[in-house]
Amino acid sequence: MSEPQEQTAKKDLSVSEEVVIEIKNMNKWYGAFHVLKDINLEVYRGERIVICGPSGSGKSTVIRCLNRLEEHQKGQIIVNGNELTSDLKHIETIRREIGMVFQHFNLFPHLTILENLVLAPIWVRKTPRKEAEALAMQYLERVKIPEQAKKYPGQLSGGQQQRVAIARSLCMNPQVMLFDEPTSALDPEMIKEVLDVMIELAEEGMTMICVTHEMGFAKKVANRVIFMDAGQIIEQNEPNEFFNNPQSDRTKLFLSQILSGH
Amino acid sequence: MTHKNIAFFTTEQLPSLAPPSNTVGATAWIRQNLFSSPINSIFTLLGLYVVYLTIPPLLNWAFFSSDWSGTSRADCTTGGACWVFVQVRLQQFIYGFYPSTDIWRVNLGFLMLVALMAPLFIEKTPRKGLLAAFLLFVYPVIAFILFSGGSFGLSVVTTDQWGGLMLTLVIASVGIVASLPLGVLLALGRRSDMPIVKSSCVVFIEIWRGVPLITVLFMSSVMLPLFLPEGVTFDKLLRALIGITLFQSAYMAEVIRGGLQAIPKGQYEAAQALGLGYWKTMGLIILPQALKMVIPGIVNTFIALFKDTTLVIIIGLFDLLGAVENAIKDPAWLGMAIEGYVFAAAVFWVFCFGMSRYSISLENKLHTGHKR
Repeated sequence: MSEPQEQTAKKDLSVSEEVVIEIKNMNKWYGAFHVLKDINLEVYRGERIVICGPSGSGKSTVIRCLNRLEEHQKGQIIVNGNELTSDLKHIETIRREIGMVFQHFNLFPHLTILENLVLAPIWVRKTPRKEAEALAMQYLERVKIPEQAKKYPGQLSGGQQQRVAIARSLCMNPQVMLFDEPTSALDPEMIKEVLDVMIELAEEGMTMICVTHEMGFAKKVANRVIFMDAGQIIEQNEPNEFFNNPQSDRTKLFLSQILSGH
Repeated sequence: MTHKNIAFFTTEQLPSLAPPSNTVGATAWIRQNLFSSPINSIFTLLGLYVVYLTIPPLLNWAFFSSDWSGTSRADCTTGGACWVFVQVRLQQFIYGFYPSTDIWRVNLGFLMLVALMAPLFIEKTPRKGLLAAFLLFVYPVIAFILFSGGSFGLSVVTTDQWGGLMLTLVIASVGIVASLPLGVLLALGRRSDMPIVKSSCVVFIEIWRGVPLITVLFMSSVMLPLFLPEGVTFDKLLRALIGITLFQSAYMAEVIRGGLQAIPKGQYEAAQALGLGYWKTMGLIILPQALKMVIPGIVNTFIALFKDTTLVIIIGLFDLLGAVENAIKDPAWLGMAIEGYVFAAAVFWVFCFGMSRYSISLENKLHTGHKR
């Protein structure tokens, strides 16, 4: 599953054989509207998956089902051996292992950056405050904004806020990181700083599922690109093959639209 | 294609000049706000005339030709306000029928309250949580023992002897402190997904919001004894406190629900994604933001509650207004109605305005980058 060596000069991004997330025949309806149709997916530890597709294709819905922000009506979702049902205990266990980064950051505006980061470790993992703050500062340095610790989210730029959001999820030491269009609400200058953080994360071996339109990112770090349309997985392949050799007509149409601007 | 030469550049830095004299300063303000158009100018002059007609006579009546010292009706010699009346009856206005020998207990109680509350307003005070908890749970017990006596060698003073400003403050503070948490629970319950919780909260809120407070007090005083077994009585003040608290918590619930609705869904989702359960999400993320947002509505409800305490006259409790009305009926002080009501209004205004100003300062203090 690793890229051919002459493609890009990057670290060895090998993927293990262990399945972290399994989605079997997942179907979801919003009322009478069938929004996800027969989704089947196996996510291996260390894998970086990019999901792309036109708007309304259900790609955000798929990842939101993984941490129960949305409920699926049929099929199974199994995370780390735990099946995701309406059992609250399972849901909370699974949510601890999955981190999520949102399109609109969703930082807590009434808390400082540091408080945003230590909140979950203190209240969910029962980490002592000193330890949580040390961990938080560590992650803030990793996303390159340690000096912002005492500020409030409203005082930061969009790119900085998104990096804080990534650091906030990382503080819970998740096994999988979900990204729901993380750069779609950002100005072009700020997209790079967020993507750099995500690329670094990928190179360190984090299992990631990313819904994004940033195809450059997909080409650089993804193991697998999945194309969804109208609630279905239409095509998936490794990035090279996906971009140069799309099989389905819908994929071809989508790629021609999305890559024409570059 | 344009035939004009549009290219332009300059190296000169234009100096910063002072603005024209008639656009800044007092003259500019007067011009802009009072005399900006013919109609506004007419209104300004009209307003000044109304002020001239009303304020000087009012000040004259209240302060300049009024009587401040004396002991009886006969000392009201000038034609203005006779504040002697207020001064003579002051003890009743403040303490009601509380025995004179024990007034020190009331003073002590309220002094304690002020002393305990003052540190909460100072930034540097450590362990504010502990102080607040003490104030919320231990102080009421101390105050109750102080005021009603019966232990520690203090003589018993039954609650129907409590009256005046003291009673108003007791009812208002209990009502305010109790209705806020109850309102929060009701608001959360009304937004809950569990049908039984939701419908009970809706029913509670709609019933208590639908009836006037007077009927609540009246029913608690007259109807409740009919349902209780023979010989069992409920303290009258306690009945009033329960009725007022339940009544106000329904209003508070709706104010808070407005705030909860205004919190973006993303906040709930981020909290859920981090693994925070329902109560932690509400307590750490949602309620701090929602309550901050509806401070104007909450303080509004508090101010209304403060003034609603006057309705306890209906069940025979004499709060500040009740004490004033009682004094007005005294044959030795006929014709003092205006002074009495003005005094009562002034006291209420001081407290309500104080709450209002505090709310503004609270909003400013909590405006910690909340707006994105």
